[in-house]
Amino acid sequence: MRVMAQMGMVMNLDKCIGCHTCSVTCKQAWTNRAGTEYVWFNNVETRPGQGYPRRYEDQDTWKGGWTLTNRGNLKLKAGGRVQKLLGIFASPVQPKLADYYEPWTYDYQTLIEAPLGDDFPVARPKSLITGENTKITWSANWDDNLGGTSEMGHLDPIVAKLNASVRRESEEKVRFELEKTFMFYLPRICEHCLNPSCMASCPSGAIYKREEDGIVLVDQDRCRGWRQCITGCPYKKIYFNHKSGKAEKCTFCYPRIEVGLPTVCSETCVGRLRYLGLFLYDADRVTAAAATPDEADLYEAQLDLILDPRDPEVISAARRDGIPDDWMDAARRSPVYALAKTYRVALPLHPEYRTMPMVWYVPPLSPIVDVLSSQGHDAEDRDVLFGAIEALRIPVDYLAELFTAGRTDIVTGVLQKLAAMRAYMRDVSLGREGDPSIPEAVGMSEESLYEMYRLMAIAKYADRYVIPTAHVERAHELEEIGCSLDFEEGPGMYESGPFGEASGRPAPVAVETFHALRERQTSDTPTSTTAGGELRGRVNLLNWDGNGAPDGLFPDASAGGNATTEATEGQR
Amino acid sequence: MSTFLWGVLPYLCIASLVGGTIWRYRYDKFGWTTRSSQLYESRLLRIGSPLFHFGILLVFFGHIGGLVIPESWTEVVGVSEGLYHFNALLFGGIAGVCTLVGIIILVYRRRTTGPVFMATTKNDKLMYVLLVAAIVLGLWTTLVSVGAGSEAHNYRETVSPWFRSVFLLRPDVAAMAAAPIQFHIHAIVGMLLFALWPFTRLVHAFTAPLHYLFRPYIVYRSRDRQVSGARQARPGWSGIGTADRDRQR
Repeated sequence: MRVMAQMGMVMNLDKCIGCHTCSVTCKQAWTNRAGTEYVWFNNVETRPGQGYPRRYEDQDTWKGGWTLTNRGNLKLKAGGRVQKLLGIFASPVQPKLADYYEPWTYDYQTLIEAPLGDDFPVARPKSLITGENTKITWSANWDDNLGGTSEMGHLDPIVAKLNASVRRESEEKVRFELEKTFMFYLPRICEHCLNPSCMASCPSGAIYKREEDGIVLVDQDRCRGWRQCITGCPYKKIYFNHKSGKAEKCTFCYPRIEVGLPTVCSETCVGRLRYLGLFLYDADRVTAAAATPDEADLYEAQLDLILDPRDPEVISAARRDGIPDDWMDAARRSPVYALAKTYRVALPLHPEYRTMPMVWYVPPLSPIVDVLSSQGHDAEDRDVLFGAIEALRIPVDYLAELFTAGRTDIVTGVLQKLAAMRAYMRDVSLGREGDPSIPEAVGMSEESLYEMYRLMAIAKYADRYVIPTAHVERAHELEEIGCSLDFEEGPGMYESGPFGEASGRPAPVAVETFHALRERQTSDTPTSTTAGGELRGRVNLLNWDGNGAPDGLFPDASAGGNATTEATEGQR
Repeated sequence: MSTFLWGVLPYLCIASLVGGTIWRYRYDKFGWTTRSSQLYESRLLRIGSPLFHFGILLVFFGHIGGLVIPESWTEVVGVSEGLYHFNALLFGGIAGVCTLVGIIILVYRRRTTGPVFMATTKNDKLMYVLLVAAIVLGLWTTLVSVGAGSEAHNYRETVSPWFRSVFLLRPDVAAMAAAPIQFHIHAIVGMLLFALWPFTRLVHAFTAPLHYLFRPYIVYRSRDRQVSGARQARPGWSGIGTADRDRQR
């Protein structure tokens, strides 16, 4: 047994309202630079839907993740090492920009400068790739809220798979008529897998997993732009920065995590549906677990990797493997461990890719509750809900394809637990005696059901985000490691170097020292959010703690005064 | 003139190549990339790029064979001058044509695909001119040899000894000076290309990921222990000044 710590995330999909705040704040913090216009480290998909990039789950096309050889060993789906190297000069299966979308801006200049005339000037869309006028045909969430799904719903790879299992068209399983359809939101970030296939695909060995917290990063100094990771990742969560020519990915906001702050997406989530905490896992057994012969057993195999931080044997092994005691304490209080392993209500996304993803999801009960309510049923009555979960097979089948490689029994079990929690807590909150037979029916005790309710419904900030800080005595090491996602014009970023755009030394993330950030976090007054001062009209949300307005969000008041100054300000 | 071209220039180029590479590796690891444009366009790239790259790899090994291995060695193993030349012309010609066709496709793609052309720097353009010139001139020497038949100039008695002598630090200027003009031009363009190499996108060839065949799939790394302090890294060419002064520029 080799104990390693992994920062993990759980998202409770019942709470997601699809507001895209996480995506927008993440983009502001990390990818509002030239070259990363189409890059969404965090995106929110409406399911059923095609996802982003389009149909990324269709691994017959995109060849992401792992597969098993005839002898039962793990192999990259895109091919072995020699095959990958031979294909290096033109990556055989790489999404084109059209599979994402062509990023654009608007020609706002004409709004200001158009001469006086009879018509209102319009701001035409301009491609950020070519600079030419463009026609907007797709975006990162074009099929938001089932937009266009009556036409394109069948393009969802899971819908296609489910419908293919039924022969005649009249019996299509997933329907998109308003009365018969269902939907929910799926926010996605990098899964920070235990067995990442992007890492295995990287010819340069630039992608690495941090020993301390399991965060998967791209060393920007080592990445040579061979683009194999983009093929390798089945979630398509590695993006190619087309200006710097390097791969970039979700960083789990490691500069924030290191000082005990939640990721930007978690911090800004209005539904408070994200949980952050530690998993302990046995690194020696990862490969064997990922090579589980039957896809349907992968969820269980993944769960078996997660170690119990209260087990004395695990504790002594963790101490031997150098995990600090405060991290062990955090692991014991970890909300993600509780949701995934103790209560078993959080499920991994697409375990069948065999990457052992570490971002987990509590599947939504809401499609079923919605149907029941609309039919006039009492959607919090236990018997009604339990019966409906069985009866409304379509969402369950769909969820099972997403989270358990097709195991509907596991999804049903989770949904029943969620239903039991609603039914049981209704009695309690109405002042009646709780019905002990309800938790019993889903194999839980009244106490654990109540604990689960507290964690899922009313947990406070400190309970949702249990993030052990990197050690203070090692704070000087927190500075800057290989993965540096510079932001343009930020401190340390220089104009294009002589070898083309973005050459030159890496411009570091504006990571601040442990003490500075802690002071800011605990003080009531806003402090400058940038290390080097003003950001010249750009906003940096990475270190924003919610106090005051971040620099650059609004024009400088003292610089205003006359309209021309503000106009030039706006042009920038 | 000959002394400069074949006795001094090679060393200047080697100095530029070696020194430039070391300098670039130390100061510009972030810019050390293929700068792939596959995201913009992949249809032509799928044809042109493998054609060019596999072609140029063959050309590279061909040059090694012709320049580094002395004629006496191949004769010992029984390869006659005629057989050697036949092979060199056949495989060299095929590889050269593949490379040329590949790079023509790539340059055409670069010029006609809007986003790809926009991502092309002046540096790239200069590099392409030298690279295409080197390939065309190389093919020219091959074609001249074919045209001359058995009368062809045996460069393994002139160019090759000179090439080896450069690395032995006793450049055999006279040998090279005796070679025909097309070899001279090809060699000069080649030297210039190598001199420019570290400062162009061609550096990606130096980090060909052969170690991928041997490394473990999963890479664990600890936080970097060597980096400490809050000072930000600077490009090697940036002036020493305060942050404020940098901003004013």
